[in-house]
Amino acid sequence: MTILTFTLIMILGAFLAGFIGSLSGLGGGIIIIPLLTVILGVDIHYAIGAALVSVIATSSGSAAAYVKEGITNMRLGIFLEIATTIGAVGGALLSAIAPTSFIAVLFGLTLIFSAINSLRKKEEHIVLESSPLAKKLKLEGTYPTHDGQVVHYGTKNVIGGFSMMGIAGMMSGLLGIGSGAFKVIAMDNIMRIPFKVSTTTSNFMMGVTAMASSVIYIQKGYIEPGICMPVVIGVLFGAMAGAKILVRTNPKKLRVFFACLIFVLAINMIYNGLNGKI
Amino acid sequence: MEKSNDMTQEKFGEKDFQAIIGNLLRYGVWTSLSVAFIGGIVYLLNHSQEVENYSVFKENDRNIFEVISAVYNGAIQGRGESIIFSGIILLFLTPVFRVLLSLFSFILEKDYLYVVITTIVIGIIIMSISFGFSH
Repeated sequence: MTILTFTLIMILGAFLAGFIGSLSGLGGGIIIIPLLTVILGVDIHYAIGAALVSVIATSSGSAAAYVKEGITNMRLGIFLEIATTIGAVGGALLSAIAPTSFIAVLFGLTLIFSAINSLRKKEEHIVLESSPLAKKLKLEGTYPTHDGQVVHYGTKNVIGGFSMMGIAGMMSGLLGIGSGAFKVIAMDNIMRIPFKVSTTTSNFMMGVTAMASSVIYIQKGYIEPGICMPVVIGVLFGAMAGAKILVRTNPKKLRVFFACLIFVLAINMIYNGLNGKI
Repeated sequence: MEKSNDMTQEKFGEKDFQAIIGNLLRYGVWTSLSVAFIGGIVYLLNHSQEVENYSVFKENDRNIFEVISAVYNGAIQGRGESIIFSGIILLFLTPVFRVLLSLFSFILEKDYLYVVITTIVIGIIIMSISFGFSH
């Protein structure tokens, strides 16, 4: 394939990945990797590098709006970044020595886990009384609702959430993804942070987490400009288009459809990984 | 910024920082993407008919500073790949600036616990530079 053809296909594919990622709530990075490896035959290391670049672009872009609205809990984000950055550095180092078949299978499993997680019914439990450690770390916060009210929330189980964030960071460094699904488990299920705050704070943290592994990626040669450029541009515009549609439609049916699609991609990746084709 | 310890003034300071951080993230992304886009056009003008070989991974073991200086030299010579790479480096720097801004904001708020926490995060990022390559 000539570079021109490759670039054009990539822009289109990355646009679709960003679009699906935004509608399904899975993020563009996690979809671009099977697209590059399974369909276009790109080496998984380059795919991981390009995905990480697109994760930084989309998360910084959308975090900008949330931070301004005052929904993001910056203290919580920065505190948990200790765990995610340590995990990310470890994961990135591991990805350089792990066999590609192992990475492919692990990626497939993560993809399935994330797809199931995106379909799970979520229930919100706001805790008002924080645990002593959460109080010490000033992790409680408030956020504004649409009708101008202010919701107060507390948090608990800081150590459990912190550990889960370490795993989220490791998956991010190992696979070049934002690992939103793991972050949401840490914040929603373990720490009982309200959804609005957990999703925006997770987004806010992604850039720094990805940054911690990106230095290692650059030094190891994962960042290939010819792949990253079309991927970043495509994913970013795809995500923006997806966000526009999300406002107007109920994504429930779409989510089921995309979860099935992602499931097929994941099985494909695991199969190829086991056969040593990736 | 303001030295007053008045509560409302301090709140105002934090809101200001939220706005600054929000803007930094937004302009950081758009600037770096514009650079990468220009680089992409230059790259395609020179290499569009070559055949890609992305199915084989060439592992590197280069110090980040070597990479940056190579990218800088290439960008000056107008090489498309290097211009794209500088856009990507700018993109990576956006969250770094964000952390530094948060550090600055916590220092102004005299929240020393979070000054320490933010410093730890910066320390981990700096350490990742030395972990990344075998010496």
